[in-house]
Amino acid sequence: MIETLRRRFEEAAPRADHCTLRYVRERNERLSVRQDVVQPASTALDEGAMIAVRAGAGLGYAATCDLSVEGLRRAGRRALEWAERTAGKGVVDFRKVSPPAADGEYETPVRKPWASMGLRDKVDLLRRECGRLKTDPKIVDWEAGLWHTEVETFLLTAGGGTVRQRLVMLVPNLTAVASDGKDTQSRTFGGFLLGRQGGLETLDEIRFTEEAPRVAGQALELLAAPDCPSGRMSLLLAPDQMILQIHESIGHPVELDRILGDERNYAGTSFVTLDMFGTYRYGSELLNVTFDPTIPEQFASYGFDDDGLPARKEFVIQDGILVRPLGGSVSQARAGLEGTANARATSWNRPPIDRMANLNLEPGGSTFDALLRAAGNGVYMESNSSWSIDDSRNKFQFGCEYGRLIKDGVLGAVVKKPNYRGVSATFWRNLKAVGDRSTFQVLGTPYCGKGEPNQVVRVGHATPAALFADVDVFGGA
Amino acid sequence: MQGYFNEVAELLGPLLRGSEVFTCSFQGEESDFVRFNKSEVRQAGTVTQRTVSIDLIEGRRHATGTATLSGDLETDRPRLAGLVRDLRAQREHLPEDPHLLYATDAPSGERIMENRLPDGAAAVEDVRRAGRGRDLVGIYAAGGIHAGFASSLGQRNWYTNYSYNLDWSFYHDRDKAVKTGYAGFAWDEAAFRRKVEGAAEELAVLAHPPKTVAPGRYRVYLSPRALYDIVGMLSSGGFGLKAHRTKQTPFLRMIEGDERLHPRLTVTENTAEGVAPGFQEAGFLRPDRVTLIEGGAIRDCLVSPRSSREYGVATNGATAEEMPLSIDVAAGDVPSADVLRRLDTGILINNVWYLNWSDRPACRTTGLTRFATFWVEGGRIRAPLNVMRFDETAYRMLGERLAGLTAEREMILDPSSYFARSTASGRIPGALVDEFTLTL
Repeated sequence: MIETLRRRFEEAAPRADHCTLRYVRERNERLSVRQDVVQPASTALDEGAMIAVRAGAGLGYAATCDLSVEGLRRAGRRALEWAERTAGKGVVDFRKVSPPAADGEYETPVRKPWASMGLRDKVDLLRRECGRLKTDPKIVDWEAGLWHTEVETFLLTAGGGTVRQRLVMLVPNLTAVASDGKDTQSRTFGGFLLGRQGGLETLDEIRFTEEAPRVAGQALELLAAPDCPSGRMSLLLAPDQMILQIHESIGHPVELDRILGDERNYAGTSFVTLDMFGTYRYGSELLNVTFDPTIPEQFASYGFDDDGLPARKEFVIQDGILVRPLGGSVSQARAGLEGTANARATSWNRPPIDRMANLNLEPGGSTFDALLRAAGNGVYMESNSSWSIDDSRNKFQFGCEYGRLIKDGVLGAVVKKPNYRGVSATFWRNLKAVGDRSTFQVLGTPYCGKGEPNQVVRVGHATPAALFADVDVFGGA
Repeated sequence: MQGYFNEVAELLGPLLRGSEVFTCSFQGEESDFVRFNKSEVRQAGTVTQRTVSIDLIEGRRHATGTATLSGDLETDRPRLAGLVRDLRAQREHLPEDPHLLYATDAPSGERIMENRLPDGAAAVEDVRRAGRGRDLVGIYAAGGIHAGFASSLGQRNWYTNYSYNLDWSFYHDRDKAVKTGYAGFAWDEAAFRRKVEGAAEELAVLAHPPKTVAPGRYRVYLSPRALYDIVGMLSSGGFGLKAHRTKQTPFLRMIEGDERLHPRLTVTENTAEGVAPGFQEAGFLRPDRVTLIEGGAIRDCLVSPRSSREYGVATNGATAEEMPLSIDVAAGDVPSADVLRRLDTGILINNVWYLNWSDRPACRTTGLTRFATFWVEGGRIRAPLNVMRFDETAYRMLGERLAGLTAEREMILDPSSYFARSTASGRIPGALVDEFTLTL
């Protein structure tokens, strides 16, 4: 395919200062069993290309699912038209932005390919796990699912550069919903926060077939539990809540395109400003956050971003100090700051913009028991269920599926509807302890939304559990 | 694209074997997207996309598949043949589906709007002119949006609209801005100028020193756009039959208890006056209206074909997600011109942002004020308000504490464009609410 595309691109590319073709072929398969009924199996194959053309100070794009020479030629002409029409009228002077010299390959390591297990066997697996979720008449809805994705991308430059990447992903999920009278409680395993790269070996690594009884049991436990107490207290967050805390109150505020104002009409601005990099104390000295595309099983690992910039691990926050923004080659040139390889597009039909990829909290030195002891009295929360933050990424509120009281350094009773709120600019300074490798989990979500036109991308967050002091915690209505 | 879709549908027929049936839905668009920042162009381009979804059915067994189409029949013929082959092979490994339901006697039809769109370059110049001397940020999206349905039983449905949606903000400084939308089917330069002038007037107020209020309860006015977002949040599980039957609806306390919204609140899925296609992916047509809330109580649910089979209730052409696409909140009797006087002292909230649940079974939501939100005293705007978080149940803000709905409503065309440009819309009044809870 790549040779055919290269030939067609060379024939179709308009004469311009710089021209690229980004091809994406994505295959999704979704299987699920709900209430012991196999849901319609769905397969989706999405394929197309975006041609981006630079002419003088302008850049234009055109995306098409017609990959014939004539289809690409039409797209190339349209992209050139946009480049010429907008040259000198743009917020970016593309003559001052050097395009990355794109060349290389990346592929997700896969030990057990999706196809190594037949469709009937996968359905049988999900039927078994689904059946194990229905443990009580109060379980009113229950579902087990697998979502497999393969993405092949080629980035071709008119000068002969080629980046070829193949990513393979799996998102497993178990859900149990328990209800009694005027209350309903959901408990999930995965819950679309457990996306990873790799094949079916992921199911072994996360012990997919061992979780259904716990999920169902905890849904019932929550139904009978009291509401989370209200007040200011110590808060211990499990990795599957930390993922959202990192994402919303560190990841988005340090995206360079937000800081440069591109997102102000939709996703918002940022309380972070350009002058803060290198000096601003974002959190306590225990806070070490990295942009890390090098963990093979993490959801958003890759070798190159969608502009062709090679990806490597970089500290974003080091010992609590903000050191580097999340910004690709275009944003770096605009801001005059070094960034990361994070210009990403949801698919062939949207242009790359600054996104999170893998954004991780580096492990600290505390075991889970040590975190509990350090908390003393407070609440422990697992599994994000609600998230909300202001457009400057400061005032946030999060809710979790499952909470437990911490009494004298020991986990106590289960509490439901645990919520907390705070302000990013001060919250991370109350980071009191960071879990060690034994508490570290590699997680990821397929649903990070941003951009105009809107784009949803996959992001990874690997994190240990973490302890915060003096947090405003509350329960249900 | 209609002619091409019909050719695709004709091509699928001969690929069937024995008693097989297909249903086939189509989504396509040719859209210009021009993004602005600081009144200059940030990104400009065009997207052409076509997607076909096929459900290959034999008896009660079926498999579904989606593929992009190039638009060239010689290229797409083998792609479609391969998709049908794959679906047939998959189906052999799948059990019968007790909840399968597709249209067998729905009528064919079409709704094709005339293309009255402006030249993209001319619209871009209008936007740049509007931004001169100001800090304008936003997006202009325009072009044709197409949807189709076909089945081997002979049904054919088609929908085309040509629309634009300019969604933009004028910024004063940092997070202080006025958000405005100008959307429709024919670009009217004079109407656009009026929108720009209105936004510029509000922008001038943002230059006043902002006010910060303490958490507490305040009388507020929610603009139609703010109420659209709140009703949109409630629509996530609020009106679908599956969410009701599995007790996951945020209106649980209405169906299991005696909570009610305000007796004068009526909410309708108003397909007749909306913009979305009148048919869904399994071929069922949507009735002109489905009353969702009447007299403050749940009346009908949105019922997808699967839920219809599962729960034994007739489908009303809802999509699989059972979400409203043409939401309509009935008008009240407060003249819009009288809103500030009736608000007297409180907060004028033009936009809300990032809604989510604080307690879903209690229908309690949280979110933030955004863009032009003002402190009002004595019926006059006094100062822009710094961002505040709210946390409130629908039973209070649209129930016991709802003080009035405006007599005039705004038609809002959804600007969202995840995967494809939206055809959702809302016809929404503004709302005066007492004791609205701000928490942070």
